[in-house]
Amino acid sequence: MKNFVEEALAQGKRIDGRDFLSFRKIEIVENVSKKAEGSALVKMGETKVIAGVKMDIGEPFKDSPNEGILIVNAEFSPISSPNIEPGPPDENAIELARIVDRVIRESHSIDLEKLFIEEGKVWTVYVDLTVLDMKGNLVDACVLSSLKALWNAKIPKIEDGKIVREEFSGKLPMVYKPVTVSICKYNNNFLIDPTDVEEELINAKLVVGVRDDDKICAIQKQGWGTFHISEIERCLDLAIEKSKELRRLI
Amino acid sequence: MGKKTNIQLMVDGRRIDGRLPEQLREIEMKIGEIENADGSARVRFGNTEALVAVYGPRSLFPKFLQESDMAILRVVYSMAPFSVDERKNPAPDRRSIEISKVTKDALSGAVFLEEFPRTVIDVYEYIIQADGSTRVTAINAASLALASAGIPMKDLVAACSVGKIGDVLIVDLCGKEDNYSESDMAVAMMPSKGLITLLQMDGRLTKEEVLQLLKKAEENCKKIYEMQKKALLEKFKVVGED
Repeated sequence: MKNFVEEALAQGKRIDGRDFLSFRKIEIVENVSKKAEGSALVKMGETKVIAGVKMDIGEPFKDSPNEGILIVNAEFSPISSPNIEPGPPDENAIELARIVDRVIRESHSIDLEKLFIEEGKVWTVYVDLTVLDMKGNLVDACVLSSLKALWNAKIPKIEDGKIVREEFSGKLPMVYKPVTVSICKYNNNFLIDPTDVEEELINAKLVVGVRDDDKICAIQKQGWGTFHISEIERCLDLAIEKSKELRRLI
Repeated sequence: MGKKTNIQLMVDGRRIDGRLPEQLREIEMKIGEIENADGSARVRFGNTEALVAVYGPRSLFPKFLQESDMAILRVVYSMAPFSVDERKNPAPDRRSIEISKVTKDALSGAVFLEEFPRTVIDVYEYIIQADGSTRVTAINAASLALASAGIPMKDLVAACSVGKIGDVLIVDLCGKEDNYSESDMAVAMMPSKGLITLLQMDGRLTKEEVLQLLKKAEENCKKIYEMQKKALLEKFKVVGED
């Protein structure tokens, strides 16, 4: 299988018939969990990830007393692959969660100041991601499902300082729709949305977070391969161009 | 990063610690302080200091972790509990785990791992004091430690941080700049061929600004690279001269 995919890539082809710069078919199901404040299931080809938003009243951080708190967590469910065993998140799941966290936070996609409740009390927004089927390009799928879940999330109602579940006071104060496009370097070519088998053959990937106004909000290089500055320039151009296709889906 | 603050990071063209925008902090590099290690180095950028030891190539157990055609490189980044303002729990946190992973990627591409099948090269990074840019300081030390362990490499890996305050680009961020500047970027590269092995950025930058910062990073990685070579030559100049 691996050799077959490699031969195809060397000829500029992919075994699912896509060209190098096309996404697989993307399907999004909203509100997949009724108990969550917001949720979304994203299918990117065969990859499936689910994101859910829960909110709680919390104490603000000392250095930002007027701002709500964002906590992102990701887990590879043992459902998702024969190679995953139950247990705490490994380095890959932690890196994934931290990239998603930075994209949401650094793009200022949530207006955290509007999540102030009263002196010493702010909303904590939890975004929990679970990978259900590990078929490649997890970062892009996870960012997309997180943003979709955040954009349809509602803020629970508060009465006498307590949360009333299943009643809501409004929508989460969302501002931007950042997405990531992960660009893989294969020989001297670039491709996007790799499958799991393609990922095994690729040793250099650049995850680029792009905001609605084309500003770059996060970059993370993955794999032990290397990039030249001119290659990074090309990746940024591609990411900005391709980000528009994903943003339309949020 | 990008937290709101009243702290003035830039006054009259000088940074919070008195430096000019493109000025590196005082840099010290010393090789071979850990007697037990196969290679070691200590690197200090101002008040950020990293001590790194390399053990290996050595046998790897359990056996199923071995790669039949190459060595594996493992990196553990950790911070001393007293290295920061408020005591840090010594257990690995999520940040340290992510840094360990990206550092492994940053170094693996520079080492001829195929020379040592079925073995492991362990790189242990320990931050003694932290005032911003700890991951890049540790990478500079790790690269020296690997070289001093006699492990064949394509090139040294040199690293530095760059960022932006207002419209001004800055290099080698200190702790306050790390926390409050609008954008920051960590870059590691093999300078002789200009190959980037680590790149992490967050903030809000246009494509042009990202590229400008990358160029600044490249310039400064080259300066650091020269210092690394000097440190190695100071340590090993006696070899072959007797």
